[in-house]
Amino acid sequence: MSKIKEAFAGGKAFIPFVTCGDPDLETTARLVREMAARGADLIELGIPFSDPTAEGPVIQGANIRALSGGVTTDKIFALVEELRRDVSIPLVFMTYANVVYSYGAERFISTCQRIGIDGLILPDLPFEEKDEFLPVCRKYGVDLISLIAPTSADRIAMIAKEAEGFIYIVSSLGVTGVRSEITTDISKLVSVIRENTDIPCAVGFGISTPEQAARMSQHADGVIVGSAIVRQIAELGKDSPAPVGEYVAKMKSAIS
Amino acid sequence: MNESKGRFGIHGGQYIPETLMNAVIELEKAYEHYKNDPDFQRELSDLLNSYAGRPSLLYYAQKLTRTLGGAKIYLKREDLNHTGSHKINNVLGQALLAKKMGKTRLIAETGAGQHGVATATAAALLGMECVVFMGEEDTKRQALNVYRMKLLGSKVVPVTSGTATLKDAVSEAMREWTSRIDDTHYCLGSVMGPHPFPTIVRDFQAVISKEAREQILEYEGRLPDAVIACVGGGSNAIGSFYNFIGDESVRLIGCEAAGRGIDTFETAATVNTGRLGIFHGMKSYFCQDEYGQIAPVYSISAGLDYPGIGPEHAHLHDIGRAEYVPVTDDEAVEAFEFLSRTEGIIPAIESAHAVAYAMKLAPEMDKDKIIIVTISGRGDKDCAAIARYRGEDIYE
Repeated sequence: MSKIKEAFAGGKAFIPFVTCGDPDLETTARLVREMAARGADLIELGIPFSDPTAEGPVIQGANIRALSGGVTTDKIFALVEELRRDVSIPLVFMTYANVVYSYGAERFISTCQRIGIDGLILPDLPFEEKDEFLPVCRKYGVDLISLIAPTSADRIAMIAKEAEGFIYIVSSLGVTGVRSEITTDISKLVSVIRENTDIPCAVGFGISTPEQAARMSQHADGVIVGSAIVRQIAELGKDSPAPVGEYVAKMKSAIS
Repeated sequence: MNESKGRFGIHGGQYIPETLMNAVIELEKAYEHYKNDPDFQRELSDLLNSYAGRPSLLYYAQKLTRTLGGAKIYLKREDLNHTGSHKINNVLGQALLAKKMGKTRLIAETGAGQHGVATATAAALLGMECVVFMGEEDTKRQALNVYRMKLLGSKVVPVTSGTATLKDAVSEAMREWTSRIDDTHYCLGSVMGPHPFPTIVRDFQAVISKEAREQILEYEGRLPDAVIACVGGGSNAIGSFYNFIGDESVRLIGCEAAGRGIDTFETAATVNTGRLGIFHGMKSYFCQDEYGQIAPVYSISAGLDYPGIGPEHAHLHDIGRAEYVPVTDDEAVEAFEFLSRTEGIIPAIESAHAVAYAMKLAPEMDKDKIIIVTISGRGDKDCAAIARYRGEDIYE
């Protein structure tokens, strides 16, 4: 069993996202420990990119703050190494293809294995291009996470059949960001996925309230929350870990 | 078996969010169908000829040739097209295609505003809604074009993210497309982005070299020795090169915006200073730092101020078929003024980069040699900025 599957073994999984280095790496470390302690089952660690084309304004802002603070891929690797002394839940990186490609796929992904990163989410790497990194990911036992969108339609079966780790269901059209309403029929997406694979699926994009999380978890195996957390970090900065921990606990209990 | 499509050597591909994949697949299917449809081609030719003013002139610049004292220089006058640049060639093709696909709304990115104006024009003509994304910095540099787009009935959205220039306008147009796909076609302005855009845009711009090749054979009875065009994303350059690629004797020269110089950080010369990367849907060369963060590039020309280059150019560079040379702001401004004085033709500051290199190359060549320089657009839009560059404030 891949380590990622463990996150889904004890019921519905709550998956928070943070951008590493927003506002600084010390705060990121405290946030990760706090979220892990308060019920996060898996954490998505964002490596900032200068031009995050799949992100809405909230996470774009986090990327800019982190990069202007001088965060680099190497510093984030060091952060994860330090976190792995006591944080045992699965951790995945979420970043853009060029961050991995430019560092060197072999060098980047072998480092992931060494420091204890379990998976990689690259929103600008669709099914057709996954061979760019998949052979290296397999070599080092790092799951390359597949995304399925409301527009995937006839592509769902093909993607699901080859998916690894978990499937990231994009709840809505557009970019990341808090939404008051999610209109996509998630249960229908999930049922097509289920016909093709038994790996877990988690829903993300737009989820912020416990009610939304509870509704999404009726259909999916997990719920991913990014912008709603990043927004709190943007407001509270270094003081964000405790309130974000509270929020994670509340969200986790809403889906349990 | 995964199949990566739209490759030029190792470059190209489709590095985009899953949300957009069916949209680009649908576009590819529609294009494959209509490009072989005689009715579509006839409709497009009619628009290009009767509305955009094609074929464009291939003009023998006698005075420029004499002044430089070397190779004979011909100018391919894309500046004489309706809307003032080569951009209309691609836009009429894509807008017509989008309309056949049942789309009612066009979105576009623009740098200098030339592609935005062309898209707004096509939208007005074909009765489509149009939204243009433009870096806030560029809306200031190119205020006249912002007004033109609004006059044509389009909405202009100033983009404040990142460096607030062309690359951010592309990012924002991509974000907008992921949020509204059903009725919207993203009318990409250059030979970049995910497949099938680099191929579609190249095919629509190839009319430049198709005409130029016929014209030079008619006037001179032989092929040129060099073809020179400016390169940002590279649409006028690939259009100028395409029908000469098979003619090994013809040098193909792309002029990149070097800004303040390729030894400074204030440059946009991608092939000369960038390295291999994946961005905006394609694998190609990009200006970036050691961690793959895209560099904040700079050029006096808003249209060339882009950190990447189209994948087919990257491939032509790799195989040595085309050369990519840097041209600085200073050189481009001098060429802008020089062509205005010697030939009475005010080129776009983008095109002035190509003129600048011709000014270096022509004197080194024998008088029986022939150069074609593509004047991709006209320079009216740049007059205020060039005046400022020379320390003069003019009020429009």
